[in-house]
Amino acid sequence: MDSRLLHDLKKLLGAHGVLHEPEDLLLYEYDGSVEVARPDCVVFPESTADVVEIVRLANRHHVPLVGRGAGTGLSGGALAREGGIITSFARMNRILEIDAENQRARVQPGVVNADLSLAVAHTGLHFAPDPSSQKACTIGGNVSENSGGPHTLAYGVTTSHVLALEAVLPTGESVHLGSSAVDPPGYDLLGVFVGSEGTFGLVTEITVRLTRLPEAVKTLLAIYNSIDDATETVAEITARGITPAACEMMDGWTIRAVEDYVHAGFPLDAAAILLIEVDGLREVAEAEAEAVADVCRQHHARSVRLARDAAERDLLWKGRKNAFGAVGRISPSYYTQDGVIPRTKLPATLQRIGEISRKCNLAIGNVFHAGDGNLHPIILFDERNQQQFQDAVRAADEIIEFCIEVGGSITGEHGVGMEKDRLMPLLFSEADLDLMKRVRSIFNPEGLLNPGKIFPTSKGCGEIYVRPPRPASAPST
Amino acid sequence: MTMAAAGISSGLAGIVGPANVVADPVQLSTYRIGEHVPKVAVQPGSDREVAETLRLAAAEKLALVPVGSRTKLGMNIPVRRYDLALDMARLDRVVAYDPDDLTLSVEPGIPLHKLAGVLAEHRQFLPLAVPFLRRTTVGGTIASGVDSPLRQFYGTARDYVLGMEFVTGDGKIVKSGGRVVKNVSGYDLHKLMIGSLGSLGVITKVNFRTFPLPPSTRAFVAFFDSPLRAIEMRQRVAQSALRPLTIEVLSPRAGELVSGSVASTIEPGQMPEDALARGRWTFVASYAGTDKVVERYDQELRRMAGVVDSVSLGEGAASVALARVREFVAIALESSPATVVIKMSVVPARLGELLDDAASVAAKLELPFAAMARGVGVIYIALLPSARDEDSCSRAGSAVPNLRDICLRREGNFAVLRWPAEWKRATPAHETNRSDLELMRKLKNVFDPGAVFAPDPLASWT
Repeated sequence: MDSRLLHDLKKLLGAHGVLHEPEDLLLYEYDGSVEVARPDCVVFPESTADVVEIVRLANRHHVPLVGRGAGTGLSGGALAREGGIITSFARMNRILEIDAENQRARVQPGVVNADLSLAVAHTGLHFAPDPSSQKACTIGGNVSENSGGPHTLAYGVTTSHVLALEAVLPTGESVHLGSSAVDPPGYDLLGVFVGSEGTFGLVTEITVRLTRLPEAVKTLLAIYNSIDDATETVAEITARGITPAACEMMDGWTIRAVEDYVHAGFPLDAAAILLIEVDGLREVAEAEAEAVADVCRQHHARSVRLARDAAERDLLWKGRKNAFGAVGRISPSYYTQDGVIPRTKLPATLQRIGEISRKCNLAIGNVFHAGDGNLHPIILFDERNQQQFQDAVRAADEIIEFCIEVGGSITGEHGVGMEKDRLMPLLFSEADLDLMKRVRSIFNPEGLLNPGKIFPTSKGCGEIYVRPPRPASAPST
Repeated sequence: MTMAAAGISSGLAGIVGPANVVADPVQLSTYRIGEHVPKVAVQPGSDREVAETLRLAAAEKLALVPVGSRTKLGMNIPVRRYDLALDMARLDRVVAYDPDDLTLSVEPGIPLHKLAGVLAEHRQFLPLAVPFLRRTTVGGTIASGVDSPLRQFYGTARDYVLGMEFVTGDGKIVKSGGRVVKNVSGYDLHKLMIGSLGSLGVITKVNFRTFPLPPSTRAFVAFFDSPLRAIEMRQRVAQSALRPLTIEVLSPRAGELVSGSVASTIEPGQMPEDALARGRWTFVASYAGTDKVVERYDQELRRMAGVVDSVSLGEGAASVALARVREFVAIALESSPATVVIKMSVVPARLGELLDDAASVAAKLELPFAAMARGVGVIYIALLPSARDEDSCSRAGSAVPNLRDICLRREGNFAVLRWPAEWKRATPAHETNRSDLELMRKLKNVFDPGAVFAPDPLASWT
């Protein structure tokens, strides 16, 4: 990269604030997805003023800019697809204000999701969005991706918990969107900014809503000898109007992978388990737990177990949240999908995934947010085998095509990024995409910020496939 | 070159059919916004007809306002010109309803109460308990961004609208979001449509997440000597394990208004006369559940209220009382010849002092004052002068900047929702000086490059 730019960046941030040696950049070629792209340098601002200066320098040298939190993303959102500067928010990680009375907190973007909940736990509050990567992922990243998590079934995804933010636009201008008080006047720019996958601005401060922890939590583990029984249970719970706090499903293949790793107490011979949590007032949680257990038994659960205490509950959740790590131990590579379907289509969709697995001759594990129809099929393959790799991509595409066919979506929480840009035309017309691009240009007129994301690139569909994926480590979802 | 008026009418008739063009002056007057009456109204029957109408309007440089059942046209829709009303009444179908998936897709012209009937057959509902409920449409409710008491528990429309189709000012039919409950594909453009007052696009379809209808809803009412005490009650509830469906605080006059004769014409039904009005500040919360759950709410709320007067309302009385509270703005509009309506929002802990200060501002100017606060941090204020005369106008005109100041001092948001059309005096509608104003202007230009849509919410901002 331009040595003058590097010099200017070092002058601004100090030598410790800039990485540019190839061995230092290696880590930043990756996120939690199978994508790879190398930045020219990585910078570590410590204040909004630093970010403004970085953006000005990038503009002067006309170099792309990409924001990055912890790099746990699953669609290549924080990768420098066209090179340039990665702006890491690792050093902007302070909680600026906790206002327990009004159930709000003001944080810098680099604050780790779980750290905020820990910091406010003594007030009986928490930050509700809980992606499985919550011990590593940052709130800035959550805002950019509009992250979900198991408990967003009842509590809503990130966008419902963000009240205001400060962002530096790629023009160098700093703006405030939303307000700590509800219902800010004018257009809901905040609403369209959250989930814009880092293509609108670099977020430098976030005001979030904190949610009161429930009085009672009941976690049930239902064990099935048939996948259909499990999916029909989920459909029935939804149809009965019970909204659990979380409703997660794992198939037998995944159960065995997880149990071997986490020892959560999942039965090795089961075809599927459901992990269902209900919460709220003691009286509500008790009644709902009973109703849920009833539905499970009616759908032939061979056992329904209620976690006796917090320790047992944590262990069950550890099993769920480490599922992807567990898979990483047994397969050289895997590809995680993120399709969404109407919940009534759950049984049919899992049957279809089974067929695709047999047809492509690849193992596909299923672990997902069943309650909101957000699937995460894990396709196992060996990247050294080119045929298997192509089969894996084909299997993933067929699954996504089926999701669209039944009225679903190509991504529920991982984002489009550089993984699914080519699939966007399957969901959206040219007019839809054109309007989205024009909205992007309001914030990001020169396309300097996070280029090559969300929208299909002109290079065509084949391009993404020829890039060999790396062996997946342990991304979490 | 623009067509003459007759040519425009026939052009429109060619698009929507002659039967769906309104040119009769008496009928047209029902589309009035302030001093503006449109020259013509059309009722398109499809999104294509909407798009063609918009293209014709753009070519002819007509200023257009999309309307539903016209319940909120008196609420200061900011228009400079108004040539054409786009009446969405005929686009009123339920496009898809999957009760087992709790998702719904509807056209904008369907009245909310009619939709509620469809959903109730499956014991489901939308938490849009908005004013003018018996007449208002889905499209008008979403485009106006009017809020519902149920936001305390369910959030606002932006939390449960899953996607939309709409037509932008240049006549393009577009969509964003989808019909599944979780989705991050593409930008959430539909969020921009919520509360945009028809200034960015014409909504042609809205996809919702629906909710199970709660079992019998009850209400707890307590009466406090001051707004500070009433809001302290709100704070105690917020810090407890309870999760009520609604929390509202009414000023003494607001309590009387929703209990009075005007209220009973808007929302009939029986409730004890003093259920909401006892000359003090009224705290109302509602909740639902099994007998055990309801019992728990009753007991804990009574304990939190302490020694003050309080009452638990059973299902029937609660439903009437909550409907009256829901209609507060509609009732206030009918209760004075020149009602001024203001909306403020602050963080919840400041609600009490803001209500207190607002009441003082009105008292100093001898303006009858009614206020309803929502627990989430919203206040609706109605100034209720007894006459439309110059004196009332001037007192209301002095009150507005004072109210604005006390709100902005607390980092709140402020908007005048209704200022009587007869009173020409300009009022500041919004807080100004925001760093995002320029972005909003650019956004309006992207959605509506030819400025076809007459409403411009940013017009009064500087």
